[in-house]
Amino acid sequence: MASSAKNSGSANFERAEKRRDTDHESFLSHKRMRWLKVSVALCLIVIVSYFLVDVEPRHNGGTWYGYTLGTIGALLIVWLSLLGIRKRNMSPGRWSLKAWTSAHVYLGLALIVIGTMHTGFQLGWNVHTLAWALMMLVVISGIYGISAYATLPRSLSNNAREMTRGQMVEALAAIDRQLETAAQPLDRGEADAVIAALGQDVFKAGFLARLTGTYPRCATARAQNSFPAGSINKAEEKVSALLGRRKAQLGQIRRHMRYRALLEVWLFIHVPATIALIAALAAHIISVFYYW
Amino acid sequence: MSEHYRVAIVGSGPAGLSAAAHAAELGMPHILIEKTDHLSDTIFKYQKGKHVMATPSNLVLRSDIDFDAGKREFILDTWDTQIEEHKVNVRLNSEVTAITGETGNFKIELKGGDTIQAEAVVMAIGTQGNPNKLRCPGSDLPLIQYQLDDPGEYFDEHITVVGSGDAGIENALGLAADPAQRNVVSILNRRAEFARAKPANVALLEEAEREGRISVRRETNPSEVRDAELVLETRDGAETIPCDRIIARTGSQPPRGFVEGCGIEFTSEERSAFPKLTPSFETTKSGIHVIGALAGYPLIKHCMNQGYDVIEFLNGNHDLKPADEPILAEKFAALPGNRSVDEWLEIFRNNIVILNELSPLQMRELMLDSDVAAFDSHDMIFVRNDPGSSMFCIAEGSVLVEVNPDDSSITVPIEQGSIFGEVGLISGRRRGSTIRAAEPAVTLELSRTAALKLIATVPSAGRAVNRITIERQLLQMFGSGLTKEDVAELVEAAEVVEIRAGQNVVEEGGDDKDIFVIQQGSMIVEKNLGGKPIFLSYLPAGSYFGEMAVIDGSKRTATVKAAIKSEVVKFPGDAFLRLMEKNPALRERALNDMASRRQVNSFVEERKESFSGAVDMYSETAKFLIDNGIGEATDVLLIDETLCVGCDNCEKACADSHEGLSRLDREAGRTYAHLHVPTSCRHCEHPHCMADCPPNAIKRGPDGEVFIDETCIGCGNCQRNCPYGVIRMDPKPPKKPSLLSWLLFGAGPGPGEASYSWRKKTAEKKGLEQAKQAIKCDMCAGIDGGPACVRACPTGAAIRVAPEKFLTFTKLVEDVD
Repeated sequence: MASSAKNSGSANFERAEKRRDTDHESFLSHKRMRWLKVSVALCLIVIVSYFLVDVEPRHNGGTWYGYTLGTIGALLIVWLSLLGIRKRNMSPGRWSLKAWTSAHVYLGLALIVIGTMHTGFQLGWNVHTLAWALMMLVVISGIYGISAYATLPRSLSNNAREMTRGQMVEALAAIDRQLETAAQPLDRGEADAVIAALGQDVFKAGFLARLTGTYPRCATARAQNSFPAGSINKAEEKVSALLGRRKAQLGQIRRHMRYRALLEVWLFIHVPATIALIAALAAHIISVFYYW
Repeated sequence: MSEHYRVAIVGSGPAGLSAAAHAAELGMPHILIEKTDHLSDTIFKYQKGKHVMATPSNLVLRSDIDFDAGKREFILDTWDTQIEEHKVNVRLNSEVTAITGETGNFKIELKGGDTIQAEAVVMAIGTQGNPNKLRCPGSDLPLIQYQLDDPGEYFDEHITVVGSGDAGIENALGLAADPAQRNVVSILNRRAEFARAKPANVALLEEAEREGRISVRRETNPSEVRDAELVLETRDGAETIPCDRIIARTGSQPPRGFVEGCGIEFTSEERSAFPKLTPSFETTKSGIHVIGALAGYPLIKHCMNQGYDVIEFLNGNHDLKPADEPILAEKFAALPGNRSVDEWLEIFRNNIVILNELSPLQMRELMLDSDVAAFDSHDMIFVRNDPGSSMFCIAEGSVLVEVNPDDSSITVPIEQGSIFGEVGLISGRRRGSTIRAAEPAVTLELSRTAALKLIATVPSAGRAVNRITIERQLLQMFGSGLTKEDVAELVEAAEVVEIRAGQNVVEEGGDDKDIFVIQQGSMIVEKNLGGKPIFLSYLPAGSYFGEMAVIDGSKRTATVKAAIKSEVVKFPGDAFLRLMEKNPALRERALNDMASRRQVNSFVEERKESFSGAVDMYSETAKFLIDNGIGEATDVLLIDETLCVGCDNCEKACADSHEGLSRLDREAGRTYAHLHVPTSCRHCEHPHCMADCPPNAIKRGPDGEVFIDETCIGCGNCQRNCPYGVIRMDPKPPKKPSLLSWLLFGAGPGPGEASYSWRKKTAEKKGLEQAKQAIKCDMCAGIDGGPACVRACPTGAAIRVAPEKFLTFTKLVEDVD
């Protein structure tokens, strides 16, 4: 008993050492691109066999070959969609979400070949093609997702400059408190511009504004225009400088929101399209067997 | 005028209250003297509604007043009523200024001139001490106060806060928080910087200063307090400001000075030392007794039991067994020989060299934190690479050390009375070799805290441990073939040196010829290349350095400085040379080590020529990581921000793996070159959090994780002591509905940490207890698969690394960017 405990202890130690020693790799290069290799091999087999296998009257979903590809594809789709559960279900065990993501990405791309070869290029206006089209939509939105994941984190990190979201908002609030005090000596018109800037809700931004990062109705920018350089007194100068700082701080928050939006927006297509795909796939399978 | 009593009890904390209640119960003429206007000031000062815990739970309470875990108010109420019921003679608002006289006739002088006569004195004054008073004319005026309970109760006042620590800053911010109170708040700092305060507090203060809410006066001292004004001594001369109230927060004076003034000796000069005590709590001043936190027992139950016991002793009951007797009996039950607790205590004390000088009371205290075990021949005691920071003593029998990891038959014996495991204790690193029993043996395992306390308070034990450590470390480092006699000269000449973080031990170009072994902490090696210090390598505890200059007589080729506060052992180089001459194997070993170090150096130097950018990046990144405490880490979470999409799945996974609270904050923390050090536990070699844990609830687990067990009393000491801010205080949240019911029906808050309001509301609805406890990363110990944060990262951004594996040139250049 004691010795088995010791053994498991040293096994834990070795595993932990391996983890601490890990060459850290992104999900794309996980385990030296294991899933890319699997996926490429799978695609090659499908493509080569598509041309080698001679089925009568021609390639379509209804041949034995088509059924095989269809089964593989349907199983893959179900498994790929389970990533959503895996991610949220923090169960014990020696799994890693990165390995799942890696497999999800490469096997998902392989679906383009498997699914398309399954159709035998027989597309039309029916529930079968709907399923194929939804699958392509999911894959294409996923490709956008991969590119976003590969490029945007760097910008997100650069923009944050070690500040958390909370700190960014707090920094803005601190500038606002100073602005409020500094704006007391101003005349009515100028004060109104500052009040309008302070009153505008930072987080109430349209979909497009959020994605593009352009805010044409920004009250802070407008308020800044009320204080043209050169012709202003001391109090106005202070307010103008503070408005400049407020705009810079807003810029950081807006860029942060933009990168986060770009990192997430595709999921609003990817996930609902997946649910639609599973429904269409079910209809496709049922109708195929119903008319068999 | 003077009153006369059998016993005077000073201090009305749990220990004093319990003593007074028992004296009253026995009808002993007594007086309980309390400085403030209420009983039990320490617990009185706890925040409102705080849940007070009653650990250790296996210890029986022996007292005439009740105590059980519960809310602060309930406990204080109980004590107030029961003290009244027992007709305890309490004297509030009386500060003792001196105790003179001899046993049977002590004179206790009170502030204000009253005196009290007592035959015996029981001191139960705790360790809080008295706040430092202002030292300037007028410092006795009533406008000065040393505590601020409710900043909301002052209006329209000119208030000056004196003190630049967190307490002072927090008070000043509190007073200026609501402009409607119309207070004019100033804070004085003797220096130009607020170096003692938390950066977050300083940032808030500076913001308040910019906004004009608080006037911050740097390099300013109070020089005279007058009625409604304060004279300041500034850099530019004297200045007088209006002042209605002064809040002085300049730290407090530990009670040691007062205690020593009464003629009581302490065990050593160490700050952490306690008064010398007999088994009946009597000090070196006959007739004066010390109990409670001042005696070294910070837990309420211990204190109350001692209060009862000390009165029993004074009443002539010398056969009273301490309340911990059953706990010790249970501990010793597993040992062979059927001996009594007292017999075992004597065996341990007589047989184990480092315990020879301990008093029975100290022995008992040591035992509470220690484990005893009996081993048969060949039983493993611990295995190489096990984590462990405890120290073993051999009470009976002997053990064998397997010095060669590849061949378990090569062993070195350690005899009865000696110790082992001390390297783990001192360096905080894993066990260096496997140890098994040579014959049937009985060992005493001292927990890290108990062992450190022993070393600090019993000088002979400290010296013995130190000598053995140095000797063993030398033997272990330079491998087999060496004997104790070989290294005797080195051990004799060894000198332990404490090094501040950032201090140089060896300087490039210097021609000193010493060799160093890192006993505690870690070092970084730097070389000046092209006018800039370039990071060469990281040396963890247990490494040696400085041998190159000794062997080939050259000048120092690189600078070695401490990454964190460290301890090195310094050996004279010529003694090492003589040892090498006698031992060809050692010579070869040292030359090999030197060659491989040269190789690393020249590799980096070469790269500097061709890839200057990469080398700079590597060097800067390494320094950034060291600056962020990675040097003292054993397993730290890093986030590669070129991969992190900010999904916070790491935090969610952490919460879902641990009762619903996340132990990491991904977003917070420093970043350099896209490498982010989030707020999360690094499992330090010498955890700061362990420094002051009253129930000893913080331990190092079998996988090296530092964790807090269920005996946590929620005092928050660890949270304050952690320099990385990774410990949070929160009640255990209620259970969430399952993932499936959330996915399908939207029940509950979903994956991850539930919002504070959901936790509070649901806990109230379910009637769950809301006691706050300390929570920190436990490295997912016991969860199959390991740390959830790493497993749950979808992109591979989250990694956990050990510094000695990560701080290498190849890793950093390849991994970062």
